[in-house]
Amino acid sequence: MNRFYTMIAVLVAVGIGLLLYLMNRSSSPAVPVQVAVTAADTAGFPGYVLGSETAPVTITEYADYQCPACQSFEMVEFPYVRERLVQTGKVRYVYRNFPLDQPHRWARLAAHSAACANDQNKFWEQHEAIYRTQGQWSPSGDAGAIFRNLAQQGGLDLTAYDACMRSLKYAGRIQASLDEGVRIGVNSTPSFRIGDRIFAGVQPYDRLKKVVDSLIAAGGAAPAP
Amino acid sequence: MNRRMAIAVLCVGGLFVSAYLWMFKLGLMGTIACGDGACVTVQLSPYSEFLGLDVALLGLLGYGAMLGLALVALQPRFAGGGWPVRWLALLAGGGFLFSLYLWYLELFVIHAICRWCVASSILVTLVFVLAVFEDRGRHRVTA
Repeated sequence: MNRFYTMIAVLVAVGIGLLLYLMNRSSSPAVPVQVAVTAADTAGFPGYVLGSETAPVTITEYADYQCPACQSFEMVEFPYVRERLVQTGKVRYVYRNFPLDQPHRWARLAAHSAACANDQNKFWEQHEAIYRTQGQWSPSGDAGAIFRNLAQQGGLDLTAYDACMRSLKYAGRIQASLDEGVRIGVNSTPSFRIGDRIFAGVQPYDRLKKVVDSLIAAGGAAPAP
Repeated sequence: MNRRMAIAVLCVGGLFVSAYLWMFKLGLMGTIACGDGACVTVQLSPYSEFLGLDVALLGLLGYGAMLGLALVALQPRFAGGGWPVRWLALLAGGGFLFSLYLWYLELFVIHAICRWCVASSILVTLVFVLAVFEDRGRHRVTA
């Protein structure tokens, strides 16, 4: 009987050791912070665009994939914005990265994953999946592996995705997007640039609609926030 | 090794499978070693929760309870059977039925088979079969 209990104790110890090993195993690359931005990083890239180029109003969102408020906007408000403002031709929607590295260590990697999905014309699918699963990868020790799984579920070519992620080729673009946000006065996420004004924090659909409607009616500058 | 010992060993295995899946849900595990990504599909689906509780957590609690019962059943005073064996069979029966429900979801609703869930369902089925034999043996002894 004692030998049996010893065997159970050994099994438990091996199991715990295995779980600890799996917890600490990380294959996520690190996207460099404060990377030098080159002209090639931003050339011809206005952000991730949704909607008609000729829409009368452009909303530019500056957001961080690891920010809970950004997730809340994406999950709750954005579907209405997309359906009722973008798809109706009123708004051209632009998403730009604004990663807050402290305390969001995976924000740049998430942004890079979405950028790599964009290479395969799957940006918005990966974007939505990353926000939807924020609760899983945000506290994770290996968020990159979860992003890869999401890419796989989304039907991306994983060979190309992996090569893109390893190259970190969009690190400069992400930094440029952050720099641009800082330059125009963004200091929290999510923030929305509409006309020449910045609206900070989660904006309910109704509020965005009012701003958009008044802008269309006025045909000029955005009203005061 | 007798049947109760085998049940205890199987429950330890199930305990770690459940712990692994639950730690993934908590975001502590990065990804699941699964090969084709089906485990992530299953774990991130709405069906990974049952009555507001993570299915993996339910598994952890279930295997923990069955392990506890198996260890109690190994005590000499329960050599002829008793409530631990009966409860073990009932609990394993519940786990077996729940695993059938999960099989249904994976095959016909989620359309993805999680290998870790398959491993868990095999373990709980073996525990159930062994527990039923053990319980029947008890009835034979007491008859």
